[in-house]
Amino acid sequence: MSKTVLIADDEPNIVISLEFLLEQAGYRVLVAHDGQEALEAIARQPPDLVLLDVMLPRLSGFDVCQKIRENPDWQHMRIVMLTAKGREVEISKGLALGANAYITKPFSTQELLAQIGAQLAVE
Amino acid sequence: MSPRLRFAFWLAILSLLLGSLLALAGGLLWADLNSQERAAVLALMAGRGALLVVLSGLLLLPFGVLLRLWLAAYPEVVIRLSEEIGIIHRVNPAHRVALTGSRDMRRLGAALNAFAEAHCALQREVAVRVEEANARLEQEKNRLAALMSELEQSVLVCNREGRILLYNSSASLLLEPDAAGPAGAPVGLGRSIFGILDQRLIVHALERVRQHLQQDNPSPVAHFVTARGAHLLRAQMAPVLDQHGELIGFVLILDDITRSVELNSRRDALLQQLTEGTRAALGNIRAAAETVQQYPEMDAERRQRFGKVISDEAQRLSLHLDQTLSQHADLLRPQWPLEDMLATDLLLALQRNFAATLGVVARYQGGDEALWLSLDSYSLVQALTQLMGAMAATLGIREVTFELAVEGRFVRLALRWSGAALDPQQLHEWEQRPCSPVAEEDAAASTLKEVLERHGGELWCQADALAGDNRLYLQLPVSQAEAQAPLPARVQGRPVYYDFDLFSQAGQTPELDELPLRELAYTVFDTETTGLAPSEGDEIISIGAVRIVNGRLLMQECFEQLIDPHRPIPRESQQVHGLSAQMLAGQPSIGEVLPLFQRFAEDTVLVAHNAAFDMRFLQLKEAQTGIRFIQPVLDTLLLSALVHPGHAADEHRLEQIAARLGVHVVGRHTALGDAMVTGEVFLKLIPLLAERGIHTLKQAREASRKTLYAKLEY
Repeated sequence: MSKTVLIADDEPNIVISLEFLLEQAGYRVLVAHDGQEALEAIARQPPDLVLLDVMLPRLSGFDVCQKIRENPDWQHMRIVMLTAKGREVEISKGLALGANAYITKPFSTQELLAQIGAQLAVE
Repeated sequence: MSPRLRFAFWLAILSLLLGSLLALAGGLLWADLNSQERAAVLALMAGRGALLVVLSGLLLLPFGVLLRLWLAAYPEVVIRLSEEIGIIHRVNPAHRVALTGSRDMRRLGAALNAFAEAHCALQREVAVRVEEANARLEQEKNRLAALMSELEQSVLVCNREGRILLYNSSASLLLEPDAAGPAGAPVGLGRSIFGILDQRLIVHALERVRQHLQQDNPSPVAHFVTARGAHLLRAQMAPVLDQHGELIGFVLILDDITRSVELNSRRDALLQQLTEGTRAALGNIRAAAETVQQYPEMDAERRQRFGKVISDEAQRLSLHLDQTLSQHADLLRPQWPLEDMLATDLLLALQRNFAATLGVVARYQGGDEALWLSLDSYSLVQALTQLMGAMAATLGIREVTFELAVEGRFVRLALRWSGAALDPQQLHEWEQRPCSPVAEEDAAASTLKEVLERHGGELWCQADALAGDNRLYLQLPVSQAEAQAPLPARVQGRPVYYDFDLFSQAGQTPELDELPLRELAYTVFDTETTGLAPSEGDEIISIGAVRIVNGRLLMQECFEQLIDPHRPIPRESQQVHGLSAQMLAGQPSIGEVLPLFQRFAEDTVLVAHNAAFDMRFLQLKEAQTGIRFIQPVLDTLLLSALVHPGHAADEHRLEQIAARLGVHVVGRHTALGDAMVTGEVFLKLIPLLAERGIHTLKQAREASRKTLYAKLEY
């Protein structure tokens, strides 16, 4: 069975590319447009990996990450954070909150796919 | 004792004496008479009692007149003389005694005047010597003061208790009370620094300086940053040590870092906008572009959607860049130290330089518009002169005309000449040439192009074939400086900004009363009013005040404020002070001025001439403004009556006292002018009071109270 990836991002211009790429790579793709929606989507159907933007409306990516890790059932869910902020201190905060990987925009789609693949292969 | 009282006293004694002598003679005569003769005498006197009383009264009259003349000729003259000698001796050596009374007394007066003359001459000679010695000392002090006043940094020197001993004009500008809102105190000699800057910060810094000193740190300096109103100040504190290495005070050097901090944070914001602000858009473009590239078999509709993403994001990115650059254009210019200069001044400098070094005549007709430029004027003038030299040599130009025009945010300076045109290629070549006036081979010299880049400027040439004119354009950005307010004019003369005697002053004690008059700080003030009856609605229309610290009148630290009384001003009062309702319209009201005056007078003793009058006006405002003046008050009118009781009441008016004590009167009947005269009079009164055993504030106040009661009883 193919793995499920949840894209949590409020910018349709990036979601369109990510969605297409991940589908082409054979994943089942879900999309959430803000932090709250992302948590609800996860609760409804826990994905294998969340592609989480940091700057989300309503609930920030950091908060979503924290909430996922607070739930013992979701300990194995992979979290890849995406951000337009490249500061080291933020990267370190994301990793400390339980993200598995941190990718800074702009990124190479190949690398992103490779990272997602690697994360899902760890299990 | 007053002259009239004295006369009555002597007259009574004299009549008593005369009466008893007559009675004695009468008694003896009576005893010698036989009964017949006695009856005859009684018969003689019977019915003539009234006549006898009149006769004895008439007998008293010549005695009274003689007594009056004698009193006027001797004792009164003597008392007056001794007071006047006191004035000559202690206050005003130029004063001379009045020649009154008997011939002998007049001779004595003349002799005294001659003696005073000789004394005066001697004093003058001594004074000249002392002055010579002081002048040398003063020169040293002035050198320091000059150095301080020219410093761009704000410098304050304080003693251990935080009293200000020295400050420069930059410090007084930087620490103006307005900057800190209504709570700030003004900078002034003898004032506490704690009223100006946060006490905890200074105490903490002082503690660190002490630690450094204990650890023998070679640089025992502490730094702190503090906010004052909208300003951010960086302070550096260094200790002042006495000859034993004991800390006796500290120096504070203040810098206003508001602008540089603001610039830095704006530069940070700019960097962030240019980096992080572009990441998201770039990410979107890249992902879309890579996706399209990776899946060439994508259907047309989907491909179009990706194309739209790419073009939308690229547009967003361009807009973002444009906005950022226009917002921060001033930050992106190289930070070469530039100074503000008027465009016409630049033309003038070029004109002079062209004429002096090249013999090229430059004309400029006009326009007196104030256009400010930010320039490194030296290198710009050098570079342009060299360019002009090359043009003159190549094209044979002997005469040019300057034109000045504003183009948006730029000033466009044109150099017009007629004749051969300049080849743009040639101009580019010259732009690359190093322009050093010293040596052509100076490798470090900037090129004209570099100089222009520093200024954010551009250079090009154009030929107008029809008119036969050629123009070389230099375009420079208009400086932001034009919005800046002009600097306040410098105070005339070398201001008294220092008083090192305060180093030795004891800490501020509440026991002001026991302090000698000489050591106290005073606020000498005067008010002008709409009339003489505050209880009937008369109002203060002007307050003037000046400070005395350590026995010196500080002319630079004065307070002067007109006040709108919100009521008409009677003609008779206007004739005294010359202030009309129009002059006062729009001035602050008393409620706004009193708090400022209260802060000015903080920690000082109030002094005024006929203080009761001024204080009454102030006290009547207490309920309305909530401002109370609770400090001790001294009155020069009472103090003068105290030292010169022999002078009549109308001789204690301010003009008379000033004339008597040798105080030059200027600006009488302006509040500040009167306050200054009063201040000088007060300083002259201090030694006279000391002669009468009045040394401390308490003694002065108690003695004043007694004269006040004496006057009231009178």
